Amino acid sequence: MSVTVKIPSPLRPLTAGAATVDCAPGTISELIDQLDVTYPGVRDRLCQDGQLRRFVNVFVAGEDVRFADGIATVTSDGQEVTILPAVAGG
Amino acid sequence: MSNDEGFFGGCATGLRCKECGHRTGLIAAYVCEYCFGPLEVEYDRELLGARVSRQRIAEGPLNLWRYRDLLPCAPDDPTIGLSAGLTPLVRAPRLAEQLGLRNVWVKNETANPTHSFKDRVVSVALQAALRLGYSTVACASTGNLANAVAAHASALGLASYVFVPSDLEEQKIIATAVFDTTLLAVDGTYDDVNRLCSELAGERPWAFVNVNVRPYYSEGSKTLAYEVAEQLGWTLPDRCIVPIASGSLYTKIHKGYAELIELGLCDGAIPALNGAQAAGCSPVATAWDEGRDFVCPTHPDTIAKSLAIGNPADGAYALDAARSTGGSITAVSDDEIIDGIRLLAHTTGIFTETAGGVTTAVLRKLAERGDIDPDERVVLYITGDGLKTLDAVSAHVSAVQIDANVASFEAATAPVRALA
Repeated sequence: MSVTVKIPSPLRPLTAGAATVDCAPGTISELIDQLDVTYPGVRDRLCQDGQLRRFVNVFVAGEDVRFADGIATVTSDGQEVTILPAVAGG
Repeated sequence: MSNDEGFFGGCATGLRCKECGHRTGLIAAYVCEYCFGPLEVEYDRELLGARVSRQRIAEGPLNLWRYRDLLPCAPDDPTIGLSAGLTPLVRAPRLAEQLGLRNVWVKNETANPTHSFKDRVVSVALQAALRLGYSTVACASTGNLANAVAAHASALGLASYVFVPSDLEEQKIIATAVFDTTLLAVDGTYDDVNRLCSELAGERPWAFVNVNVRPYYSEGSKTLAYEVAEQLGWTLPDRCIVPIASGSLYTKIHKGYAELIELGLCDGAIPALNGAQAAGCSPVATAWDEGRDFVCPTHPDTIAKSLAIGNPADGAYALDAARSTGGSITAVSDDEIIDGIRLLAHTTGIFTETAGGVTTAVLRKLAERGDIDPDERVVLYITGDGLKTLDAVSAHVSAVQIDANVASFEAATAPVRALA
């Protein structure tokens, strides 16, 4: 059982260059905890005061978790989670 | 690649995170390594103060490069490429009169090479991309940016990949595809396209103008403040109406006016900045109405496709700017947008796209609410051309069909002539 987490390039120096990491399904917060165990410092980059930093966007199966339950959004087996910085218009 | 001494003698010295203040050199990055906050270009303020003057600007070329000291580029002028900026600032007395105001100007960005203000930001982005060693440029776009990138890249001989939502207006698709570019029509919203481009930007050696070279790109919008001031004889307007998609244009116009005052090029206060959004995608206006200092993302549903950014990266900064300048952020309905396009066309002879309809409709709304003192000097920023959003107005305008004889003309126009 796994969820694929896609790591944005600004974060890859912390994940030893890994662009994707497989995690056990759980809430976004739990996924971040798993990442932090293997790659210390990830939680601190993504979260502040127990919430996602305001410029961090997380998508589960293409949907922004801010439309769901934020950091408590549940992920299930086989889903893709994408972490991205907030981006701009065009 | 990096250049810690400023781009070949220009005044830009590095990038700084707007959120946490962390600094880096002039590299292709848009996101702070520490907090993911947005990176902004920093300048050597002493060098700027010593170098910039009204005289020096007046001696510059008749395009946005006259302000190059204030932009992240090198001192020598580009000698090839499309010429953006120095667009007309048009007095609009008939529009003013309709709204019960006395001093309204339209900053007419339809006069740019690809008919939107994007020509400014793309000009700056492509120069930075060249300095950073890129030979391929790209963008995520709701249409105007793709058009500008494809055109400017063609003029400079750079390869380009432009990504747009597949439901984009046909005019925008054609007007972009005609250039020497690869146009990708993505099955999704603009936010989906943007997300795809963020992922690609991490994998390809391309300069995505609104992703990895965004800090340089966005500086180009400051020229919209500089020009208005120069065109008003180095005086400042009292109020500006500016559309908000990501909030980048709005916040950079704020920055531009602030710099003019800081550098002593103008006296006075930063104009009140009124942001304009479409009700069908108004996360910033909603935050404003609810008195929040943060923006919640939304799913866009509006004819104003060029403003359809559901998760605006500069939303919070736009709220700050509205508050600090005594402005506001207002939304208008799709019907009001169409009326706005027609009001502008009828009173000024300028045909704007839906984003310009939004901006004009907001000016009307503010005037009707009594939020604008009639003697205020108001500048309406019209950012794009109506020829790119024909679908929005086609059902509301028509020609009178007649046969080639006088009787047919008279029959067709009798009711109108009777009223005249």
